Order: sequence, then structure tokens, then C-alpha cells
Amino acid sequence: MEIALSFLIGLFFTVAIYLLLSRSLIRMLLGIAIIGNGVNLLIFTIGRVTREVPPIVPSGEYAPLETIANPLPQALILTAIVIGFSLFAFLLVLTYRAYQELDADNTDTMRVAEPEDSPRPPLSY
Amino acid sequence: MNTVIFRTVAPYLAALMVLFSVFVLLRGHNEPGGGFIGGLIAASAIAIYGIAAGVDEVRKALVFHPIAVAGLGVFLAAIAGFMSLFVEAPFLKGLWLFLELSDGSELALSTPMLFDIGVYLVVVGAISSIALALEEDEETR
Amino acid sequence: MSDLPNHHALLLIALAPFVAALFAPWVNRFAKGISGWILATVPAAIFLVLTTFIGDIAEGQTKSFAISWVDGRYFHFPINLSFFVDGLSLLFALLISGIGTFIVTYSGGYLNGHRHQGRFFSFILMFMGSMLGLVLADNIITLFVFWELTSITSFLLIGFNHNKEASRRAAIQALVVTGGGGLLLLFGLLMIFAVSGHSELSTLLTDQNVLRDSPFYLMILLLVLGGAFTKSAQVPFHFWLPNAMEAPTPVSAYLHSATMVKAGVYLLARMSPVLNGTDQWNLILPIFGGITLMTGAIMALRQTDMKQMLAYTTLGSLGMLVMLLGLSEKVAILAAMLFLVAHSFYKGGLFMVVGAIDHESGTRDLTEVSGLRYKLPFTFIGAALAAISMAGFPVSLGYFAKEEIYLLFGPENIWSMVLVLVALVGNGLMMAAGLAIAIKPFFGEKLETPKSPHEAPLSMIWGPIILGVLGFAAGFYISDVGEIFFAPAATAVYAKLVETHLKLHFDPLLLGLSVGTWIVGGLAFYKLDAIRSFLRRVANVWRWGPDQGFDQFMFGLIRFADAVTRFFHHGRLEFYLILVFVCLAGALFAPLVMQDALPNLPAFPNLRFYEWAILAIAVIGLIAVILAKTRLVAIVSLGIQGFAVAIIFLLFGAPDLGFTQLMVETLSVVILALVMTRLHLDQRDSRVLEEAVRDGAIAIVCGFGFVALLLAVLSVELDTSLSEFFIETSVPIAHGRNIVNVILVDYRALDTLGEISVVMTAGIAILALIGIRVGGIKRGIGAAKKRAPKPRTPKKTIARSKGARA
Repeated sequence: MEIALSFLIGLFFTVAIYLLLSRSLIRMLLGIAIIGNGVNLLIFTIGRVTREVPPIVPSGEYAPLETIANPLPQALILTAIVIGFSLFAFLLVLTYRAYQELDADNTDTMRVAEPEDSPRPPLSY
Repeated sequence: MNTVIFRTVAPYLAALMVLFSVFVLLRGHNEPGGGFIGGLIAASAIAIYGIAAGVDEVRKALVFHPIAVAGLGVFLAAIAGFMSLFVEAPFLKGLWLFLELSDGSELALSTPMLFDIGVYLVVVGAISSIALALEEDEETR
Repeated sequence: MSDLPNHHALLLIALAPFVAALFAPWVNRFAKGISGWILATVPAAIFLVLTTFIGDIAEGQTKSFAISWVDGRYFHFPINLSFFVDGLSLLFALLISGIGTFIVTYSGGYLNGHRHQGRFFSFILMFMGSMLGLVLADNIITLFVFWELTSITSFLLIGFNHNKEASRRAAIQALVVTGGGGLLLLFGLLMIFAVSGHSELSTLLTDQNVLRDSPFYLMILLLVLGGAFTKSAQVPFHFWLPNAMEAPTPVSAYLHSATMVKAGVYLLARMSPVLNGTDQWNLILPIFGGITLMTGAIMALRQTDMKQMLAYTTLGSLGMLVMLLGLSEKVAILAAMLFLVAHSFYKGGLFMVVGAIDHESGTRDLTEVSGLRYKLPFTFIGAALAAISMAGFPVSLGYFAKEEIYLLFGPENIWSMVLVLVALVGNGLMMAAGLAIAIKPFFGEKLETPKSPHEAPLSMIWGPIILGVLGFAAGFYISDVGEIFFAPAATAVYAKLVETHLKLHFDPLLLGLSVGTWIVGGLAFYKLDAIRSFLRRVANVWRWGPDQGFDQFMFGLIRFADAVTRFFHHGRLEFYLILVFVCLAGALFAPLVMQDALPNLPAFPNLRFYEWAILAIAVIGLIAVILAKTRLVAIVSLGIQGFAVAIIFLLFGAPDLGFTQLMVETLSVVILALVMTRLHLDQRDSRVLEEAVRDGAIAIVCGFGFVALLLAVLSVELDTSLSEFFIETSVPIAHGRNIVNVILVDYRALDTLGEISVVMTAGIAILALIGIRVGGIKRGIGAAKKRAPKPRTPKKTIARSKGARA
């Protein structure tokens, strides 16, 4: 199973990076969302995958009776999902606001912070 | 999207979802669930209610601004951490209090539970305030 | 160390000026004209506390104080805030606090009514504290910190008139030169620790040969000299000192004659017991010192600005001190100590005199002031006393300093004979400069000056007069003063007991050398105008010097920084990202290739049919996102891959993840729909075919990099000890059966606390983003309702006018 997931993760990253390299902000946003999923799956797979046994101790027991899924990557991913969503929402709104104020959704035309003809630093004290 | 059926059903649906989210939150320590997922469910409920009934309606119903709710969440989580000061334990050490109820069952109060409630409130507050702000922006356009 | 009692007074001495600096602006605001007198009580009190140490120190004791900060038991390098006092430290500390008292009152008069006088007091008190900390420091890191603090406070003081470009340049120059030297010193000090294992100077100094026997001796020496020579303005690092005369005169008098520039000398003296006496030391120091002495003495005569003259004679005197320390002989060290104190007295006094003349007459050009002796009688007395000591007439302290230097003259040692002759000529030329300042402004016909001159206030003239009187008193009681102050200081430098036996006596040889000095000085003074015009002609021919070099260096640095910034910050996001992902691909493949760990092609995976189905759905979603031509398709495709991920989590034992992912995907679709309806998705990717192929290639290489990395990782055993700990202890000690939740809210709760803070911050940031409009912030919740509907006219001007590509 891990092997199939590995190739799927490779595809996630390929698609995400291809989207991130486009100059359209919307496509880059989609890339961000996908790369987040790719990373989560990566952590999940590295922690090894087992079928259908959640990391929950049965009621009344002190330890699980059978082999269970690795809980540690799950804990890491759980917060990563929520944070990834916050970041995605932030970037989405940022894109939207940039589009409103600059009328630009292409990174080539967004040069306010780093204009092409920025002045040279002064040679004095 | 804003049909009569949707507008009629949405308040009940939202109420049910919030109730369910609290259930998911409280059972989270022993069964699948917890603050994060509970918070997300509640935030979805608020978002749905906002789409159906309008943001002003939701803000009235919530009384507090959602980001204030999120602030309360971080505050509670931090309080849960500082509780351990009283027993001279490290920051965020889990402390448990088991209360025997009159019917023989047991009620467990703990700082991890308080912490999880904090997480829940942060997620509800932050995400619903984002959703509401976007919906509001939509309405005024 | 710990068996000695802690002298808390030492901590107080080093910290009191900083505390006073904190309150100085308020004192200045309320006390106005007399604030100088009030603040001067701080250095005066420090001086008095220090005088109580004199008896014990003269008997050879030391006093120390230490607060441990980074304990050597836990960290290789012990860092303490620790101080100790021996004869050398005490001598310096007395000079710093004593002259500091005069300087603070002097500043009160000199800058009376200045807008930023309070700030000035603050700076100068901070400097005083840094300097005291430096000379009292025991731990080498303490030493370094205070050393750097003197550089920083000196920067602030030189640049005090920050609206003048020359001031700014001088300040930056001093900071760059002394700060660069400080860096060398830091390396030197760390190497000293590495070689000797001593972090405290007091123990290092008792371990005398540990550095000299080390193979790294020369390197340590050069690094320490780098610090000392820059601070004490030795040629070729001398150029910052004359430029620093841009500072207000109290600063020049205090920092650039009496104290800070002597910090380098202090360092050399401090390190003498463990560094001196070797061939390298005995060669480098006298040569640099001698060249600096001659440079300073000759250049002084070229100036007509009296402050510049004094600055160059200071340079010469610093050269003299370095030269003397470089001889590593008992007599030379004693001479250095005498000369150091005598110089601080008369040079501090002369600077204050020049400042008084400048302050009262409006000019400090030697050729523009004359005949002031009746107008400024007390200033004249101060100048005369200082000049006599500078010229080394009996029975001033300067006389004994000079005699002690000339004691080195002996036919058996050619090297020291040459150096004594250098000292003689240097002394003579500096004496000429001193005479010029003491005589020219006060005698002769009265000239018109920019301001009508009258006597300076008491706060400005008591300093030079008392320093001048002290110079003579010390000479008068030289044998006692020698035993109390100079013997302990010289002992600390020489590391063997030094007895002074100073008294007034006339040795024909010494007298002859003294007379020679006076003849050189008298002649130079007599022919001053001719010498000056000759030196100026020479200077006109030879225009390039380290001062110009500094400008070239700084501007070159700025140009270089600009070029580097422009190369990397070209402003094209796509190229930033290409760089990032190319590096990512390299980082993924390089370790695998180098360790020969590239995985073999794995066997075909054996999956259940619904697992295949869900993988296929994810693939379809991903590909659809790339191909999407409308926003609806894009949103739906993004949702598809997200739900596929959620199902994968559910299928493989992670229900919490699955549900969370489902909720997040739902919310993502909702807010995407809310926003995307107002944004247009380009019908086609804007990339031309070549760009698409290039980007695709990078993406595919990265993708395969991740596959290879994962396969390599999966082929090794996973260390599950942490997970097993969580699994085993979740119920017994954390009372929770959902292990993932227990990890989140208990074991790793601090992480989660940080993460919910991030979520909250993102929420606030988004609210702010939505709330901010160009031309104002929407106030309050619900304010959007009241806002007039915004006309949907895109603001083309903003993006286009800023040089955006159309």
C-alpha cells in the first residue's frame, strides 16, 4: 500500500509544483492546497500504513489488543490540516484583495513591492 | 442557492450541527473526535447559517464577535497550562479530577479537557469569522 | 575565586552610570543649567568609592565580583558577569571616573541650552559605564561586551550632531574601524580561551606561559593587536580619530584623549603578562607605535584647527604608549603608566581649553584667535599648566614621564636607543603643538572673532585648572604617588613586583635628552608657520590615504550589496520559485545518489479494488485541476482530490484525520466559492509552450524525487519507540483512549497551543485584510453595510504606474 501511496504523493507534488510555477495567482493557490495534502499524505505514509485499525484503545482496556495505526503522524497531520486550511484561507483572501486593489492576478504585473526601476542606494553617509 | 427550503431548514440544521459538534468535542478524548474536528463542524454550521439567513442575523445570534471567541479559546488553553502552577508541575501538565456522581457514575474533569475546549473555541471562532467576513463582503457587493 | 568575598561595589561602579544615563534626560529637563553639576555626582561618587580601594590595592591585593551566567559545568565556555580590580584597573578606573566628573560638568556648560543636552548626558554616562566595565572586566566575554559598548556609545557621541554629514561619516567610520577591530578581538579572546582554558583574566594572568608556548601564539597576538590598534588608532587605522573631532568637544576631551582610545593601550597592558616579551611582540609594537608617534607629531603641525592639532598629538601619544609597552621592560612599562596619566591630565585639559575658546570666541582656528589672555584669564591658566606638563618641564608629571622614557637610553641596546630618539623628536614636535595652543590664542594682538569673547563659566574651566594643578601636585609628591598608584599598575603589567623610587634628580644624560626635547620643541614652535606650509605642500602632492580608502571601501560595499540584491531580488516570483524547486530537486536526489541509496523499482502493489478506485479518483481530481478552464471545474476538481485524501485517511485507520479533512474540504469549497465568483480564472494557462515544458520538467523531477525519497525511507525500519510510548501510556497516565487526541491535548499540548495561536492569528490577519481598503480602514463590525457600494472600476493606475509590465 505504501508503494502505491508513494507514487500518488509524487503525483500530488508534481501537480502542485506545476501549478505553483504558473504566474496566475489562482492556479498558485490551487497548488498550495494540493501541496498541503501531499505533505500530509507524505507524513502519513512515512509513519507506515495499516488497514482499518484506528489508534483507539478499546473501552475497559489499558492497551490496545491488536496492532493499531501509528498515532504520532496522525496527531501531527491533524493540526497540519487545520493550519494548512488557515493558511489557504489567508492566501485566498490576500489574492482576492490584491486583485481588487491592483487589478492583477498575474505575478508579472504585481511589482509594487519590488519595482523594476527601484532607485540605487545613495553613496553617502 | 438561497432557496426557501434552504433558508427554512438552515437554522435547524445549524443548531443540530452545533449540538453534534459539542458531542464530538466531549467524546474526543476516548472516541474519534476532539476540539479540532468539533470546531470545524461548528464553524461549518455557522457558515451555513450565515449563507441562509444573512450575516447580520448570525452576528446577532452569536452575541460575541467570533474572533473574540477564538481569543477566549487561546486564553482557556493557556489557563489549562497554567493550572499546573498550583501543583508545582511543568507547564501544561495534565491534571485530573474524578467526581463521583450520586448515581454512581463518574465525571472526569481535567485540564486536557479544558485545553480541548480552548482548541474548539479557537477553531470555531477563527474559521467562522473568516467565513462570515467573506459572506459579508459578498452581501455588500 | 569563590573563596574571596564579593565586592558588590564593583557591580555598582560599572552599572551606576547606566542607571544615571536612564535618568539623565529627566534631570536635564528639570534642572536645566545645573544638571551637569547634579549628574557629575555620579562619577564623583564612583571616584570616591574607588579611592577606598587604593590602600588595599597598593598592598598588592585584588578585589573581585562575579555573577555566574552560563555555568562552565554545563557549557564548555563559562560566561560570567565578573569584575576584578588590580593596580592597572584601578588606575584606569580612577582616570575614567575622575576626568569623567569634570567632563560631565563641562558638558553642562558647553551644551547649555542645547535641545538634546539630556540625550548627550545619557550617551556620555553610558560611555562612562562601558569604559568602567571594560577596565574592571574579569571574564573575557564581559570584557568584550563592554569593549563593544564603548564602540557603540562612541558612535552615538561622535554622531551627536547627526544633521551634519561630516559627523555621520565620522561616526560610521569610527564604528566600522573599531567594530571591525572588536571582531578580531573576539576571535582572539575565544582563541585565548581555547588555548588556555581560562575564561577569567585574573586566572589567565597567573598562568604566564600558556599562550607564549602555544603554536597559535602569533595568531592570538595578531588578533588581539587588531582590536587594540584599531581602538587606539595606530597607523594605518589612525584616520578615524582626527575625523572623530566632529564630535562636541567634551567628547573629544573624554573619549578621544583621556579614555576610549586608551582602551587599546589598556588591552595591551592587560595582556602584557601573557603575551609580551616575545620577538614578535617586541618587534611589532615598537614599529607601529613609533610610526604612529611620528605620524601624529608631524601631522599635528600641519593643522590650524586646534582640535585637529590635539587629535594628532593624541595619536602621537598613543603611538608612544604602544611603543613603550612593546619594549617589555620594567622601566618602559613604568614610563608608559606615568605617560598615560600625565597625558590624560594635560590632553584632557587642553581639549577643554580649546572647547572653551571655541565656545566663547566662536572659532578654534589657531590663526583667527589671538590676545585672549585678559579676556579669558582662567582658561589661559589652565592652558598654561597643561602645556608645561606636555612640554615636560619640572616638576610636572609630564617631566617624570619623559625622564622615565629617557632612562631607556643606553649605548648597550641600539634598538631602544633608536626608539628613545624617536620619542625625543616626537615629544619635541608635540610640545610645539602644545605650546602653540597655550600661547598663540592668548598672546599677541587681539583679533576680531565671530563672538565677543568673555570668560567661560566655572563648569568649563575648573576641569582644566584642577587637572593642571594635579599634574603638578603629582609631580611634587612623585615618590608617594609613584608607590601608591604607579607601582601597583606597573606591577600588574610587568607581572613582577615593580618598585618606583621616583624622585626629582638631575642626571646629566637625562637632562641632556630633556634639553634636546625642548630645543626641538622650541625650534618647531618658532618655525611653526614655515613647517606648516611645507607640510601642506607635501600633502597636496600625496592625496590618497586610508581616509579616502575608507570611502572607496564603503561605497564599494554599498554597490556590491546593491548588485547582489538586484541579482537575487529581481522581483520575478516565477524565477524565485524555479530556484526554490530546482534546489528542492537537488536536495531530494543528492543524498540518495551520494549514499547510493536510490531505491529499486518496487513490486507492483497488491491493493483491494476499492483502494484502487480511491487512488484513481485522487488522480482524476489532480489532473482535472491542471486542466480546469473554468473556476467551477477547478473548485470541484480541488474538492475531488481533497475528498479522496479524506477517504484514504478513513480507509487506513485514521478516522479523526478523515473527518477533519472532510470538514476542511467542505469549508474550503465554501470559501473558494465565495471568493472565486469574483475572480476570473484565465481560460488558458498564460505560459507559452516552452515555459510549460520547463515548469513541467521541474515538477516531474521533484515528483519523482519524492517518490524515490519515500521508497528509500520505506525500505528501512521505522523507529516506533515514541509511538509505542504514547500507545502504552495513553490510558494509564493520560486517561484517554483516543491516542491521537491525547497526544494533541496532553503529550504535545504545547505544540497545539502554538498551532491554535497560528490559526487565531490567521483569522485576525484575514479580518484585517478584508477590512482594509485603500484610503482608509473600515471601522467596527458591520461597517461594511454603511459603506456606499463600491464602483467596480479596477484601479489600473496603481499596478501600471509602478512600472508594471503591460
